[in-house]
Amino acid sequence: MNPEPVIAVDVSTVAPTSSGEPPAPSSTPGVGEPQPVNAGSGRFAGIRGLARWEVALFATFVVVFIVGRVLSPQFLTNYNFFNMGLSNGELAIMALPMTLIVVTGEIDLSVSSTLGLGSSLLGLLWMHGWPMPAIIVVVLICGAFLGAFNGFLVTRVGLPSIAVTIGTMLLYAGIAEILLGSNIVSNFPSTYTNLGVYGVPGIGLSYSTVIFFVLAVIFGVVLHFTPFGRSLFAMGANQEAAIFSGLRVKRTKMILYIVSGIVCSGAGILYTFRLSTAEYDNGTGLVLSVVAIVLLGGVSIFGGKGSMVGVVFAVLIYSGLLDALLLTGFPQQASGIVIGGLLLLSVLVPSVPEFRARIRAGRHRLRQQVPEAVIVHSGSAVRPLETSNISTRSGQGGPSI
Amino acid sequence: MSSQDAALVPAGGSPQRLVDMVFRLREYGIIVVLIIFIAVTTSIQPRFLGEQNIKFVLLNATIYALLALGETMVVVSRQMDLSVGSVLGLSAYVSSNLFGQVHGIPIPVVFLVGIGIGFVCGVVNGAITAFARVPGLVVTLATLYIIRGVDISIIGGGEVVASSLPAHFSAIGSDSVVGVPYVTICVAIVIAIGTYSLRSFRAGRELYAIGSNPEAARLVGIPIARRVFSAYVISGAIAGLAGVIWASFYGTVDSTAGTGYELTVVTAVVVGGVAIFGGSGSAAGAAFGALLLSTIATALYALGVSPFWDPAFDGLLLVLAITLDRGIALRLAAVMRKRTFRHEP
Repeated sequence: MNPEPVIAVDVSTVAPTSSGEPPAPSSTPGVGEPQPVNAGSGRFAGIRGLARWEVALFATFVVVFIVGRVLSPQFLTNYNFFNMGLSNGELAIMALPMTLIVVTGEIDLSVSSTLGLGSSLLGLLWMHGWPMPAIIVVVLICGAFLGAFNGFLVTRVGLPSIAVTIGTMLLYAGIAEILLGSNIVSNFPSTYTNLGVYGVPGIGLSYSTVIFFVLAVIFGVVLHFTPFGRSLFAMGANQEAAIFSGLRVKRTKMILYIVSGIVCSGAGILYTFRLSTAEYDNGTGLVLSVVAIVLLGGVSIFGGKGSMVGVVFAVLIYSGLLDALLLTGFPQQASGIVIGGLLLLSVLVPSVPEFRARIRAGRHRLRQQVPEAVIVHSGSAVRPLETSNISTRSGQGGPSI
Repeated sequence: MSSQDAALVPAGGSPQRLVDMVFRLREYGIIVVLIIFIAVTTSIQPRFLGEQNIKFVLLNATIYALLALGETMVVVSRQMDLSVGSVLGLSAYVSSNLFGQVHGIPIPVVFLVGIGIGFVCGVVNGAITAFARVPGLVVTLATLYIIRGVDISIIGGGEVVASSLPAHFSAIGSDSVVGVPYVTICVAIVIAIGTYSLRSFRAGRELYAIGSNPEAARLVGIPIARRVFSAYVISGAIAGLAGVIWASFYGTVDSTAGTGYELTVVTAVVVGGVAIFGGSGSAAGAAFGALLLSTIATALYALGVSPFWDPAFDGLLLVLAITLDRGIALRLAAVMRKRTFRHEP
């Protein structure tokens, strides 16, 4: 019993090192290459900062998994990996389109409600005897429409996305309640609900985990290596500039919201099959975890910064940490302390150098610039200058004396 | 020339007065919607205006309106406080648990403890947001989790039950004069004071300035960090106060108290006409927004509509409200542009 987990430790700490470390440095030239014209020193500084952030995330990831192994011998087992992926798969999948949206400087808080609505619609149609493949298609189309509605309000009506998606979060959750009421649908065929019981043959991870990794690669390539993806950073960094340089900001954001709707309703399908229950409140509250993961992954809430590698590591840290806490008997509900603490750290740590610089600059300014401050603020020092320089306005300057 | 000026004055005078008028109209608009809603519901279900029902609606709205006051201060300065629900939960549990822990503890002390808990939470939120210059949305998203986690660890599996609370404490929510609970009257006074302070005191005005243009606010010498910090502290203290009132209303306090309140409060604030990116709106408007949401919830019930429709209504209302605000803002900008052109030559 003992030797096996020890080998597993080696595998998990070595394997991610070989597979996880290259992306961070290799993404740096890859990111810089497509637009050498714009690559100023500030840009490179930003990218270097991000790369450092990903290294920090990677280190945290390693620490979490080592500590998890120390705390519980069951942590690094295939069975546990399966469970870990199973319980966080949908969350992780929803974080991918969210990353793209946050990079453009917008946000989508309706993701968990889209999941819930997809789940309810699935249950409702199944209750009415529809064939499952047709239901899945309908649910995904419905998701596209939900996303398009968000996108329409944000891009065409021009409303702030945070307010819009708080509204549609309530609206979509409400529609899910209206659709399904207090019904609980759970008689799904086992060919589908096996998603929550068996892993992908040969890999051992849950289907949702494998789907997440495949989608993460696709979203990562789109975000970092296509003109479309690069344009998202431009929009997030400076929307005005993006519009004036001819990027189709509205259409791009519309596409992102539609993609988010489709992906999240797809996550709703996975969620329903995993629990083999369709309920109106499926997925309630997941949105905050999704946002927490994306921000922990180093994506700036103001847009323009972030990387898919960071978000993937954030997903791994999040699920590893929660699982380790669960195995050690930490009250599951109280794990919010740890997630919240992590989120807080993830925004505080990057702001420390700036904070210190500001304090130093503040002291410097106090010492050095006192005379200038006197000239600017005292009216008597400025106004005589004005009146003496501009002789024609002396009449108007009268009242000020 | 002078006749033209005279003709312009009654139509709204300076652009500033026009803006003021439109925003006041926005608040009256909420009241009109509220009255229409009550009238329609009453005509279908006369018992809607029964004393018992009015009391229920008002009690429900009281907590949301109180939270909305603190949230307004934060939102007006272009920040957001998502931790109010968790603060309310923590304060509700700790303060009401005191009755079981300390025998014969005076009720004012319990209130002070509740407000103190909220105050500390607000200091944490405010200090991180204002002095580390981290977006408040993210900070309070994190403290939403953390404070709830602390709450759950303190409570464990237990709960405070109504029978352990003294009768005087439970009476806070039930004693009323002509159907209006005393506590609602007190909260209404607090909101009136808050609205007045925001509109008329220097610190309040500066919150609007920060929200409408942070860079300009910094250049004119407004202490942004200090103002934002105070807004968070006040919002936290108010959420703590709301927690004690919550405990007296519901009696039974477990670890889910106040879960999800933050979104309802933000909805109430935005429906009440406070711009989500700061700079405009009033606490009174936000309170009416809370009253409207609470009325709708009860009205749906009174009309026999399934309560399942309530969240959808709230969401739709929020989307409609911000769409309307956007429309008003665009029209207003167009009108003001025209007016300045007319004045120029």
